[in-house]
Amino acid sequence: MEIQGRVKDLTEKYGAENMVVIIGGAEAEAAGLAAETVTAGDPTYAGPLAGVVLGLRVYHAVEEEFKNEVDPEVYDEQIGMMEMVLDVDEISKEVSTMRNEYSQYKD
Amino acid sequence: MSYPTIKGASYILVHAPDMVLNNGTTQTTEKYLHPDSEYLKNLPSHLRTYEEAVNYLPNQVYIGNHHPDELRKYEQPWHDKKIEGATREGRFGEIMPQDEFIGMMKIVDSFDLVKLSVEFTKDVKAKLIKHPLITDEMVANLKQGETLSDIEGLIQEHGAEGLFFNGKLVGCVKRAHDVDQNLNAHVLFENLVSKASGVLAALHLLDKNDIIPDEIDYVIECSEEACGDMNQRGGGNFSKAIAEVAGLINASGSDIRGFCAAPIHSIISAASLVKAGTFKKVMIVSGGSTAKLGMNGKDHVKKDLPILEDVIGGFAMVIAENDGENPILRTDLVGKHNVGTGSSPQAVITSLVTDPLDRGNLKITDIDKFSVEMQNPDVTKPAGAGDVPNANYKMIAALGVKRGELERSGINDFILNHGMEGWAPTQGHIPSGVPYIGFGREDILKGKIDKAMIIGKGSLFLGRMTNLFDGASIVMEKNPGNIQEEKGVSEEEIRRLVAEAMRDFASHLLKD
Repeated sequence: MEIQGRVKDLTEKYGAENMVVIIGGAEAEAAGLAAETVTAGDPTYAGPLAGVVLGLRVYHAVEEEFKNEVDPEVYDEQIGMMEMVLDVDEISKEVSTMRNEYSQYKD
Repeated sequence: MSYPTIKGASYILVHAPDMVLNNGTTQTTEKYLHPDSEYLKNLPSHLRTYEEAVNYLPNQVYIGNHHPDELRKYEQPWHDKKIEGATREGRFGEIMPQDEFIGMMKIVDSFDLVKLSVEFTKDVKAKLIKHPLITDEMVANLKQGETLSDIEGLIQEHGAEGLFFNGKLVGCVKRAHDVDQNLNAHVLFENLVSKASGVLAALHLLDKNDIIPDEIDYVIECSEEACGDMNQRGGGNFSKAIAEVAGLINASGSDIRGFCAAPIHSIISAASLVKAGTFKKVMIVSGGSTAKLGMNGKDHVKKDLPILEDVIGGFAMVIAENDGENPILRTDLVGKHNVGTGSSPQAVITSLVTDPLDRGNLKITDIDKFSVEMQNPDVTKPAGAGDVPNANYKMIAALGVKRGELERSGINDFILNHGMEGWAPTQGHIPSGVPYIGFGREDILKGKIDKAMIIGKGSLFLGRMTNLFDGASIVMEKNPGNIQEEKGVSEEEIRRLVAEAMRDFASHLLKD
């Protein structure tokens, strides 16, 4: 809830076009929910983003799109282990579905 | 080097269904926000009876009647599985019913804050007098009781918090100050529950391990409650309060806090105190919390499951001087999450698992069992939190793969051989590494395993003072047995060495 509030405040301050949200959640379903929240609004209607359509760019830390943007050594040091543990395909599927459907930036 | 040893451990549970309804924060918050909610209406029909809580495999494992290895023999979920020969008493402790525990709250109350009805007092006195660990002197603290109308008056007019049994009012916890929020009835209720469950764990520890109370020098309490008044909110000292009731007349003590990581910090501190020779026997003790009762209740009710978070947990252990037998605690193989460690899971697992192993030239596979956050998956899976121990084992295994100590295809076998299914109630500090210490000590003594690593983690950010995460770990292993050798060179040996050196010197002189 607090994080939803922070995303909302930061977006108001810097503009949606300057925001990228990186999700770190371990479960695909939860990651999808988080992606939906920062694009289409909080589906549970419980937090500050209920009914607020931000349409932000959103990626999970294990998605290729994010991985390709960072120094491979740093990636391996920080995320390499979790990449092995998490269901990368399932997470990527959930998050990219939300991103493709609701993000206002298709770059 | 002479290491401290784990001399014994105890584990207790208290079945507390009325406290789920009236004191668990999920329920109290719901009552405040949505008093007419469907959840609150449906909740009572999902509560388990005492017999059902006793006949629950993870609870039987917690008190020592079944080894954690047996959990794999039963398909999950476990709540609908019948088990043979479940009993209240366990090798490590017991599962106390709620009425007797309410009596315990009165017994440990030093300020006459707990008021119980005359009828309830009579009933509970008859039960507690038969309890093997509750002395007549303790039972006498129950006194005669109050009239129910006096108790109702205290609740309605003086901010007291009701004590219920089977839905009926049987007593209350009074506030200790008219204005001070830290001494209101709610806070005192939580603190008295913590104290009473801690006392029960301490009594079982002494009883089950033949520990003489007079020999305990120091007590470290590591729950998640704070006792104090408005001028010192977390002033403490649960330790001495518990030690007093448990009759540890030669003990002093203090509390260690660190969210769920407090128990592992306490083990490291106690082990260091013993290793340094400051104290010979240190008890670590903790009671449980009412706040976390029914914490995931909404998900359990939604999925038509029983409320599985209906027990308060407690544990205690003694860390003592090396006796040449009991498993040692390797104070030189301690892991800790530093301020600069970072919060990525990889950084955390490295700091807690592989950093200490590297110091001992050990591989991940050299540790026979990892005791992580041993949360019961029956509770966490339906609530969407997954299988916590399994997730931890996967991370440890993945780190092993990265270090080249394990094949990637061997991850599942690693989890099977070096991991365990979780069985502890989700009371924060209760599942945090410590539930296996009792079994681990026995497994090492029996020669089943050589080394175990105890890992605890804590979410410090919940207190809003820092965004940091926390954790620590320590290795326990088989006692090599040769204490004398460990203590270093004996006096005789020194004499022999000096004499040899003198002879050597003399022979050189003669040669010259």
